[in-house]
Amino acid sequence: MKKFILWLITGGVVLSYPVFIKVLNSERFGDDSVIPTPTQISDQTTPTPTTFNNTPVVSGSTATPTPSPAPAANRGKYKDGVYTGSAADAFYGNIQVRATITSGRISKVDFLQYPNDRGHSIEINQYAMPILQQEAISAQSASVDIVSGATDTSQAFIQSLSSALSQAS
Amino acid sequence: MGMPITIEIVGEVNKGVFVKVFNFFKEVDARFSTYKKDSEVSKINRGELVKREFSSQMLEVLKLAEKTKKETDGYFDVFHKGIFDPSGIVKGWGIQKAVGIIRKNGYKNFYVDAGGDIQAMGNSSNGRPWKVGIRNPFNRFENVKIVKVSNCAIATSGTYIRGNHIYNPHGLGYDEIVSISVLGKNIMDVDRFATAAFAMGRKGIYFLEQMEGYEGYMIDRSGKATFTSGINIYLESDGNN
Repeated sequence: MKKFILWLITGGVVLSYPVFIKVLNSERFGDDSVIPTPTQISDQTTPTPTTFNNTPVVSGSTATPTPSPAPAANRGKYKDGVYTGSAADAFYGNIQVRATITSGRISKVDFLQYPNDRGHSIEINQYAMPILQQEAISAQSASVDIVSGATDTSQAFIQSLSSALSQAS
Repeated sequence: MGMPITIEIVGEVNKGVFVKVFNFFKEVDARFSTYKKDSEVSKINRGELVKREFSSQMLEVLKLAEKTKKETDGYFDVFHKGIFDPSGIVKGWGIQKAVGIIRKNGYKNFYVDAGGDIQAMGNSSNGRPWKVGIRNPFNRFENVKIVKVSNCAIATSGTYIRGNHIYNPHGLGYDEIVSISVLGKNIMDVDRFATAAFAMGRKGIYFLEQMEGYEGYMIDRSGKATFTSGINIYLESDGNN
């Protein structure tokens, strides 16, 4: 079995996705297996969050940070305080986070904006609303060939968190 | 975008097919990336191109985007805040094209996985349908559902609670969903419906229930899953999933 893995770097913001090609035999390669270390990012605008609730917010310009290599001294060392990241586009809406730094480390992350805040709702009156089955999720122990998980929204989360942390550096 | 792409082909494989697919994805990235200043999308957003100058790939994607917008009552829209961003649809479209390239080269058992959106054809090396785990939105090292995928596709839209950080869902409604996975015949349709269904919040699963040929598995932020009535076709018959 031949496997081919390609990492695409398309985002100027994407912090640590290298561009390389690997040809592997029977080996799984986890995606984004590390939380990118925020580098020095110049945050051009930091919009002031005007609402903290579900009201759709017209955010200021979404910052497109310019990535540059992180000086070694910056890694992992943040100034204590509370820092608000710029709003990042998660396609269906914005994500904006606020990071709290305690003793030089992230102690808390709050969501100030989150997708699904559409402000208008889909008209589903015309659809029958059946009762659908539910279950509590639980970890499955069986091995799998492939994993399906979300990436789009989490990318915006990383962007917003990084812009918050760049202020704490 | 900015995501890993994994392709696995069962059996003896000529490396040339990987190169072909790799080149295709690079071309897609160069054309559709909103982060690349000289991409066709960026040129369109700067008003530098008129419609008759659009590439055939761009026209194809635009047509698909318009179709999706109608089917999802506007929940899926590649124009938002005045900016054209087709990345929500290019991924599924691109995977489907890549699958076509591999099939044209004569392979029947393989999958293409782009950022967790997967089209899996035939069987894995053990001769059985590919086993796909739906990632636990609260713990990336766990799978909470296992589905069997053969000549069909799965896409998951959502977000993650990562690492050891304490996430305070300030502003989130109690009912908010964190993940929705869609299963269906082809990744292009599955991907765009996963995008739209996630945007609909809790109603997304009902949208999928009424869509013929698509099944869904939705997880809310309390860890409760809601699924469509036909999902059994994707589950192991011994009930172990």
